[in-house]
Amino acid sequence: MNWINAIVQGVMLGGVYALFACGLSLMFGVMRTVNLSHGDLAVLGAFLVAVLAAAVGISPFFAVLLVLPVMGLVGVALQRGILSTALRTGEMSSMLATFGLAIVLQNVLLEIFSADSRSLDVGSLATAGFQLGPSVSIPYLGALTVAVAVALLGGLQLLLARTGIGRAIRATAADADTAELVGIDSRRVYAWAAAIAVATAGLAGAFFAMRSSFSPSMGPTQLLFAFEVVVIGGLGSLWGTLAGGMVLGVAQTVGAQVDPRFSIVAGHAVFLAVLAFRPQGLLGMRRSRT
Amino acid sequence: MSLLSIESLEVRHGLLRAVREVSFTVDEGEVVAMVGANGAGKSTLMRAVAGAHRPADGRIRLDGVDVTARRAHDRVAAGIALVPEGRRLFADLTVEENLLVASRVKRSGPWDLAAVLAAFPLLDGLLKRRAGNLSGGEQQAVAIGRALMTNPRLLLLDEVSLGLAPIVVDTLYQSLGTILSGGTTVLLVEQDLGRALGVSRRVLCMLEGRVVLDESADAVTREQVVDAYFGLSRAKGGGAANPATAVPEESEREPA
Repeated sequence: MNWINAIVQGVMLGGVYALFACGLSLMFGVMRTVNLSHGDLAVLGAFLVAVLAAAVGISPFFAVLLVLPVMGLVGVALQRGILSTALRTGEMSSMLATFGLAIVLQNVLLEIFSADSRSLDVGSLATAGFQLGPSVSIPYLGALTVAVAVALLGGLQLLLARTGIGRAIRATAADADTAELVGIDSRRVYAWAAAIAVATAGLAGAFFAMRSSFSPSMGPTQLLFAFEVVVIGGLGSLWGTLAGGMVLGVAQTVGAQVDPRFSIVAGHAVFLAVLAFRPQGLLGMRRSRT
Repeated sequence: MSLLSIESLEVRHGLLRAVREVSFTVDEGEVVAMVGANGAGKSTLMRAVAGAHRPADGRIRLDGVDVTARRAHDRVAAGIALVPEGRRLFADLTVEENLLVASRVKRSGPWDLAAVLAAFPLLDGLLKRRAGNLSGGEQQAVAIGRALMTNPRLLLLDEVSLGLAPIVVDTLYQSLGTILSGGTTVLLVEQDLGRALGVSRRVLCMLEGRVVLDESADAVTREQVVDAYFGLSRAKGGGAANPATAVPEESEREPA
């Protein structure tokens, strides 16, 4: 039964990973922009929620709702100020620029909040859950995280696949110059994509901060996991990202069940196995160009 | 008033002056063909009119309104649509999506999905196919249809027959006939002189970035166009172009 519990806990963990990877999947998988500050923006979101909740004395859940639009604006600023300029000089410069931003963010957060770990207090919800059989328990917070991840990634996938806005986003990602020629304001599309990506990063940071402690230095690790999730799931597929999150989460908890030292290694091993045997990812399609 | 008016337009690719002080106008309802050798600046001129390439100098007016500073998507909203050279379809989108994505500019007009399908019967049954999987002729039909979906006042067609089998080109031009007779103003680049003269009422010839011939299609002879095309008029000292302006200074020639 411990194995079943490990899998269930892995799915819960996968919900957080999928949330982290959601914005990255949109930026990297769909828009083809590499944002190495994604993990640190998530940490920024967690700190903003913590500060707001403490200052106004509201529940972190309400604080998240207020922080999301702010993070969206951060995304627009990131796109307009850094990425759009960097993209014109090639993919390498956007990686370098966002890597620089990541370092700046980490150090500013470190300067303001110190290196101490902290967590978001959500009261009894942090530990409460319901028992499913003798040794399997489902925490409410974990279930909520998974539900939000499914709704968010599923919603975005449907938006991309079924709506006019989604068509415009995919067309812009494929060929921004030609998208302009059919009447799409490509700068606006990029700004919206960045706003959604950074807002969801903030959401992921907040959910992470509710389930475990966080500190200014955790960004790069989360970025690495998020990249693994996107690649495992397959570039361009948000359903794939959801599945990728679950796969990484389950790999880590099952690895930990074998031996606690194997937790992180098991996740990386699954990632490498996917790269070796199914490089297009679980649900990814091979892309083509004309 | 002319629908499109281009005044001393200068477009550069880095140091190369691809379009040099070009001025001409196109009237509403007119079909103008543009011919010229590779590298004469035809595509660059088309892209500049569509807004895909910023001109270094000069003015582009649509219906009297200066659109030179506007971005491409904004010019689509104003009524300029370009069918780019090489088609440039969104390969991972379906045919239907490629067409619908162009209808987000809310311009009213006769063109919608049904009208495009009626004009291009060869697209029947292909709506759900990925655009990247189509044949060259089918892709070209989608590219023209996609531009029409924006209900343009001015349609720019850049080398629609490039790389296609003659029989496919025939089919495309049959469909184009419907469009051309519909009153849309068209500026088209075409390598096949016979076809260019066949569909248009006026022909422009470009040479080394300049317009060296601008005549009505009825008045011009094939020989005159060929002379202008190869710049032979310079050697003969006659023809449509004034040799003094047609011959570039040696110092301003750039490697192509």
